[in-house]
Amino acid sequence: MITGHLPILLLIMPLLAAPLCVLLHRDILSWFLALLVFLGVFAGAWALLGSVLEIEVWRYTIGAWESPWGIELYVDSLNAFVLVIVASIGAASLLFARQSVASEIAADRTYLFYSALLLNLTGLIGVILTGDAFNLFVFIEISSLSGYALISLGRKRLALYAAYRYLILGTVGATFILIGVGLLYVVTGTLNLQDIGVRIADVSADRTLATAICFLLIGLSMKLALFPLHVWLPAAYSAAPSVVSVFLAGTTTKVFIYVLIRYVFDIFGLDTIRGILPLGDILVLLSMLAILYGSWMAIVRSSIKSILAYSSVAQIGYMVLGIGLFTRTGLTASILHMFNHALIKSALFMAAACLIYRLGTDRLEDLRNSSGCMPWTRAAFVLGGFSLIGVPGTVGFLSKWYLLQATIESGNWPALAVMIIGSLMAVVYFWKIVEAFYFRQPAQDTGEKMTEAPLMMLAPLWLLILANIYFGIDTDLTLDSITLAVSSLAGL
Amino acid sequence: MCSLLHPALVLIVAGLFLPLLRGVYRNLCMFIAPVIALVLVWTVAGTVDCRMEFMGIELQVLHLDSLSRLFVTVFSIMAFAGLLFAYRQAGTVELSAALVYAGASLGVCLAGDMITLFIFWEIMALASTVVIWSGGTSASAAAGMRYVIFHLLGGVLLMAGIIAWYHDTGAVMFSAMTLDNMATWFIFAGFMLNAAAPPLSAWLADAYPQSSCSGMVFLSAFTTKTAVYVLMRGFPGTELLIIFGLLMILYSIVYALLENNVRRMLAYSIINQSGIMICGIGIGTELALNGAAAHAFSSVIYQALLIMSAGSVVYMTGKRNCTDLGGLFQSMPVTAVCGIIGALAISSFPLASGFVSKSMVSQAGVDNNLFLVWLALQAASAGVILHAGLKFPWLVFFHRDSGLRPGDPPMNMQLAMILFAILCLFIGIFPGTLYVMLPYAVEYVPYTADHVLAQLQLLLFSGLAFFLMLPWIKANLGATHDFDWIYRVLLNRIFCMLHNVASTFVNRARDLVITMLGHVLRRLNGIVLSGQRQSLFLSNAILLSVAFLLIFLSYALSA
Repeated sequence: MITGHLPILLLIMPLLAAPLCVLLHRDILSWFLALLVFLGVFAGAWALLGSVLEIEVWRYTIGAWESPWGIELYVDSLNAFVLVIVASIGAASLLFARQSVASEIAADRTYLFYSALLLNLTGLIGVILTGDAFNLFVFIEISSLSGYALISLGRKRLALYAAYRYLILGTVGATFILIGVGLLYVVTGTLNLQDIGVRIADVSADRTLATAICFLLIGLSMKLALFPLHVWLPAAYSAAPSVVSVFLAGTTTKVFIYVLIRYVFDIFGLDTIRGILPLGDILVLLSMLAILYGSWMAIVRSSIKSILAYSSVAQIGYMVLGIGLFTRTGLTASILHMFNHALIKSALFMAAACLIYRLGTDRLEDLRNSSGCMPWTRAAFVLGGFSLIGVPGTVGFLSKWYLLQATIESGNWPALAVMIIGSLMAVVYFWKIVEAFYFRQPAQDTGEKMTEAPLMMLAPLWLLILANIYFGIDTDLTLDSITLAVSSLAGL
Repeated sequence: MCSLLHPALVLIVAGLFLPLLRGVYRNLCMFIAPVIALVLVWTVAGTVDCRMEFMGIELQVLHLDSLSRLFVTVFSIMAFAGLLFAYRQAGTVELSAALVYAGASLGVCLAGDMITLFIFWEIMALASTVVIWSGGTSASAAAGMRYVIFHLLGGVLLMAGIIAWYHDTGAVMFSAMTLDNMATWFIFAGFMLNAAAPPLSAWLADAYPQSSCSGMVFLSAFTTKTAVYVLMRGFPGTELLIIFGLLMILYSIVYALLENNVRRMLAYSIINQSGIMICGIGIGTELALNGAAAHAFSSVIYQALLIMSAGSVVYMTGKRNCTDLGGLFQSMPVTAVCGIIGALAISSFPLASGFVSKSMVSQAGVDNNLFLVWLALQAASAGVILHAGLKFPWLVFFHRDSGLRPGDPPMNMQLAMILFAILCLFIGIFPGTLYVMLPYAVEYVPYTADHVLAQLQLLLFSGLAFFLMLPWIKANLGATHDFDWIYRVLLNRIFCMLHNVASTFVNRARDLVITMLGHVLRRLNGIVLSGQRQSLFLSNAILLSVAFLLIFLSYALSA
């Protein structure tokens, strides 16, 4: 009975829990409620993936109003997989959150923090599951508005500025998406995504359609922080409270990359896109620039979170590169890297959060003074970094393997060269951090020995690190779902 | 499944557990692992195969035949002796990394497919980097960084090649290839980087001398020799290899002769010896391949012996340069004798191991009418005699008395050196023991009157040349720039300059635009913006214009 309503339950749980959090008001209670909801979503997401792998597509009609008139939730292996990414990272972040949040956010605002986090999750799940173009916009706004609030809670003054900047650019992006949806409605007369996909085939490529697609793509690029529309991301990730960085780095951009994939491959279809603009070439070019620029900026930055944030810009480049190649392997690589990068980046941001929790800083200069302490955190960071570089035995290796395979397959030599250079640049910026960890002499001996981060923070961190290794060796689960997802998308 | 425990895993697991163990258990774990590996490969006869699946591709994680058995044997012996040399002086991190490093090199030698090979290849690169870092100085940290970047570059090239190969042929099995498409060129480049072939060779002389005294012993053995092994498997008879081999031989001799730092000089001699093997692989006949394999075996041992001897000197005196050393024979007799045996072996002195292996490669050159190759190899022998055979022992142990009286190193270091010295002589005197392990049947006889006389002649004249040239050599010590100068110093300067110029330019331009926009705004309606808002305003304006530009472009395209 209840399993028949699983998709909508996943949405309603966090949505209802958000105001409940405000009512509970006590910080520990609100954390516990949020944790329960996140764990529930986690379990639900895996169950949903399991059932979708069997039945392929699950179209849940809300209030039993048949689509395209009613609103539906559309679940296939692609978005079920993305949902699993978001839910897993979410659950790990919440397990991790308690102490880090308590140390960074004033006690009288903690319940608001968890409430905003739940809203953010609602928005992301909505974006993933919805089958309706306008609802997609609404959910984007829910996740974004709560996201601005979350980022602005950061300790530094920079956080307000970063949130404000993200607010402006994010709103511009969302508006672009809305304009695009509006124009699509003009052309096709429907808002149901699958229905748009069916009807768009009959629409001759005219200017309205072209404009709609351009608005949508640019709006999405801004949301997923594709170079050169990435400017909001580095400041936002590095200034946000540590837990928010962990959560957002693993989820937000991935969700928008999913939306991009859904629109490009499923709804518009490659034929329509090709008739309008050389999207593949544009995406490949921009992602190559993203890889080089992001890696370079990561090399010259001097605090861990900032380095990781710029590294995200580069990694988004890798994901979009896979999409832009317009091949089966490319798309597989891209989706695989979404999953892998979520594991990698969230783990690294968690390690950074542990350092900040104990040392109060993530500047490389200050880390020198603390060499030798917090061995578990540092070891976790190094393993996560190995995964980022793509050492065999970690998930990063799989990403690298498939991405290289995709570029070689399509004979795109500039992209291959950029990937090779990018992977070496990753070594350089990762090394900068490791050097500060292990190979610098303490500037002065402070005398006090820093203790290891608390177990409640270390456990989720190591859970993610072990996941990095486990999914790097056992590839069945990820590759099976991705293969299914890719083959369900039309046009490849 | 597998009928044989994977020897590489034994060493790697031992290495990973080492930091958790203390005292006698630690030593036991350390020394027993190479012995187990050795026993494992010698208790099964013939070839063994072991398969498993990864990423939907069938892998042959273990493939044991005579060639891989030879390399596994020498690497296991090497790991054992190296650990014996190091275990009291080196830190746990270094020992642990060295075990993983040795294990990974066994894994490379036993890999039946290229994915397994690549996985161990990368582990080897990382573990060896840790060995270099264990040198503990800031110079070794920086050198380690350059080293790891180079090797990961090689790794990416290799990986791209393997993927392209898989894409072209649908298989990943590791067998002989020809250089006729992109895939094999990439694979070749990845292999050659580890073999320290020019122009990608400078990492070796840059990084190895920065490791600790014991670390360099491990480094000298595994990376270049595994590269030799994979080239022997993958590209036997590729003529290009002859050219690369000769280049390596000649270039390293010049640098080694002019080098003052003892260990850097020996680092060049590693390149030199690998060059001889690569030449042999390039010739590609059975005799040449046998020669290359035999030479890999013997050179691992005498090279390690020389480096142990040099390491002992550096360890006991704290001095690295030839010019600061001298006259140590009296106070370090064991080190000196072992060093001299190593020097005799590397100079191919009859009755030492180098003689029985290197002459096979030369003979293969003669048999194939490759006169130039033969000539170059003879010249190389002379050069090796000069720098490693004479210059090292002469300047360090004899020559002018430096006044240092350090004494021999601790017992374990002495034992390791004595073990290898005996091995050098044993192989030289009983070459049959080495020859039976070679991949092809051996008909070659090293001790004929011709060979011995020719070699003695060569030795004699080189010796003469050395003492005649000695004043000139001493005057020019240390006056070299290798390729690493380009990326160590030059590129660094260029990058810094470019970065400064670019950031100044960008800042200037931004300031200019912001000021202009500020003027415009003030003119329009008297708005005054603060600095932060100004830059926000600017970036938004730029972003929006980029976005609109994109839209209009696409609009124009569709019209």
